[in-house]
Amino acid sequence: MSLGGIDLVVLIASLMVASTPIMLAAIGELVAEKAGSLNLGVEGMMIIGAICGFIAAVETGSPVLGFVAAAAGGAVMALLFAFMTQVLLSNQVATGLALTLFGLGLSSLLGQGYNGIKPPPTPKLFGSLGDLPVVGPIVFGHNWVVYLSLILVAGTWAVLKYTRAGLVLRAVGENHDAAHALGYRVRTVRTLALMYGGACAGVGGAYLSLVRVPQWTEGMTAGAGWIALAIVVFASWKPWRVLLGAYIFGGVTVLQLRLQAAGIAIPVQILSTAPYLITILVLVIMSARRGRAAQGAPASLGRVFHASH
Amino acid sequence: MTGTGTEQVLLTVEGITKAYPGVVANSNVSFRIMEGEVHALLGENGAGKSTLVKMIYGLVKPDTGRMTLRGQAYTPAEPRAARASGVAMVFQHFSLFEALNVAENVALGMENPPPQGELSARIRQVSEEYGLPLDPSRLVGDLSAGERQRVEIIRCLLQEPKLLIMDEPTSVLTPQEVDILFTTLRQLSAEGRAILYISHKLEEIRTLCDEATILRRGKVVATCTPREKSARELAELMVGETLTPPARTGKAPGPVALDVTGLSVNSPNPFGTSLKNVHLTVQRGEILGIAGVAGNGQDELLLALSGELKSDSDAVKIDGRGVGHLGPNARRAAGLVAAPEERLGHAAAPDMSLTENALLSGAIRKGLVKHGMIDWVRTKTFAEGIVKAFDVRTPGVGTAARALSGGNLQKFVIGRELSQDPAVIVVNQPTWGVDASAAAAIRQALIDRAAAGAAVIVISQDLDELLEIADRFCALNGGRLSAPRPVQGLTVDEIGLMMGGSHGMEVAHAHA
Repeated sequence: MSLGGIDLVVLIASLMVASTPIMLAAIGELVAEKAGSLNLGVEGMMIIGAICGFIAAVETGSPVLGFVAAAAGGAVMALLFAFMTQVLLSNQVATGLALTLFGLGLSSLLGQGYNGIKPPPTPKLFGSLGDLPVVGPIVFGHNWVVYLSLILVAGTWAVLKYTRAGLVLRAVGENHDAAHALGYRVRTVRTLALMYGGACAGVGGAYLSLVRVPQWTEGMTAGAGWIALAIVVFASWKPWRVLLGAYIFGGVTVLQLRLQAAGIAIPVQILSTAPYLITILVLVIMSARRGRAAQGAPASLGRVFHASH
Repeated sequence: MTGTGTEQVLLTVEGITKAYPGVVANSNVSFRIMEGEVHALLGENGAGKSTLVKMIYGLVKPDTGRMTLRGQAYTPAEPRAARASGVAMVFQHFSLFEALNVAENVALGMENPPPQGELSARIRQVSEEYGLPLDPSRLVGDLSAGERQRVEIIRCLLQEPKLLIMDEPTSVLTPQEVDILFTTLRQLSAEGRAILYISHKLEEIRTLCDEATILRRGKVVATCTPREKSARELAELMVGETLTPPARTGKAPGPVALDVTGLSVNSPNPFGTSLKNVHLTVQRGEILGIAGVAGNGQDELLLALSGELKSDSDAVKIDGRGVGHLGPNARRAAGLVAAPEERLGHAAAPDMSLTENALLSGAIRKGLVKHGMIDWVRTKTFAEGIVKAFDVRTPGVGTAARALSGGNLQKFVIGRELSQDPAVIVVNQPTWGVDASAAAAIRQALIDRAAAGAAVIVISQDLDELLEIADRFCALNGGRLSAPRPVQGLTVDEIGLMMGGSHGMEVAHAHA
């Protein structure tokens, strides 16, 4: 199967790889925002995850430990954000921006001496099953992180929809005063949600440095965290739409690269902007129809919670 | 029936004191509640009722004092513990989540909720049993205020409470809905459940409650059987002074100042109520009272009149001139001033000083800005004038609006608008959360302005207030405005029907 010299099977397989970092970061941010905290530091948490994962994987030789370190690094960054916004009650937007700047700076410091090194490879999970025609590359041909990201989307959806923990989390994001009055610990819930978001962003960042590129370069996340933030909003805070949004973005990214390679007569600059434009366009159209309630923006999103009694 | 015969003490409160920086909310408060008793906690805003019940519900810890529940020491560390001991609470400002459905809201208030399907069945069963039908799958954001309160009550009832605390439950209900609520509460009391009923509405307490504890400035000033006292006696116990009702002058109204014809606007709020074909006229020298249960279009009407929501040019006319397409500043210039319900953040910018807040709405009519430059001297004089004329208690006009108490800020906001020599005044909930003497002052000021020739619209959920000051009366129900009627000769039943009756809710079916 090929279209204009582009193999569709390869395209789908590679778009799943290209989408994974953004999807991970977005699903984590979705949980944090569902709990009512707006963390604009996704980019910073991703890049910290990228360098922590890279260092741990190179030093131990184990990519699994690398991803664990990345999750821890992202979660620590999120904990810092939680401390500032939930305990010191700082402004969430400013703190998030600062977190991004801090993450970018700290990662280049940590990354001194790791330029140009190749990390240990992350193996494919199903080995030779990946050689089957069509389903092989698409279904079985990936490493475990790709499957993890899909499991996280499904798991996040199920937990938010069906479990008590998910209900409490949504309640805290919806009306923190009421949740407090009922005796739920707003700050604890938000801190945990933020740390989950940080861990996911960290793994997403490590996926870039350990699998997708794979090496360390400064500022290598290149705006992926911001796209993840945008996807959460345009996905109306719905996990399956996050998956859709991430796949559209990844798909168009891969496609435009192939189109460039195939020498299509469209200026490169336009092709490079296509993923951003098309992803946002699709999600805007999907979310444009109804009011705020139907879109599911948590009503307490970004508001400072201050227990008054 | 535990409520009759052997009287058992359910809850005792002894010597409870709670102080916040600068305020003693409760000072040495003691009282007790019997099983099956409906006990009233009566007091003005700021008398310390809410703090007291928050301590019983475990939201706040007392500084000193002790409580017992059925003879056992009772020290709830958090609401969870209070619920486990059989104490449940229905909040004044509902603790509900608009974007979640009824069953989810109920589950959040329970310790060990059953699975959703089972819970929905139980909600249906219990709500039918107490004559409060509810659909568990509906979004709370789509429910009326009366139905929302049912959600809260059902949430409490599913826990089989021994003591149900109700904080100002009727402030959002129509008279008919109040009747339904009272029937339910009597049924609960007959089952042996005690109810701690907080209110400042005296007639309600006289009808419903067996015992009353009256609080003033954080102290218990009296305990009595409310049926044996007149409403006036209760009021004087509560306020601690004799109140003078506002004085009216019987002047005939002048020409029409505000004319609203076929006004329809969409609500900017997803759970708000859009206005549908509203007609009204107000003459100079007249006060039009607009009643309605919260969320029936009051906020939208204020926005549409103040100019925050625009409409067709001729839908709103001031002195015969179409202003519907103009924004707030142009309408101020035309003579219309407005004071919205939300004091902090809508009527006043919380972190700006009183002087700056005075400038924000007074700039145009008082000429405080010349060639784009602010005349701070005149602005300060204007603000000081408001503070003096309306007895606003503040260290100075440089104080941030946020630092004022609710009642003082409300006096400032109303004073600021009334001091601009307006032709039309629109106020929403002018005395919400304001103590009785400040409320009386605000009402008198509105009456005085009308006597001086302004057309006044007062939107309020306080029926007594409207009946006291308005010349004509109408009600908002689902965004529609009823035809205005003269206040004289109106009965409470007629008012209730104008407000939408019981909003389609059925009266409880008594069952043995």
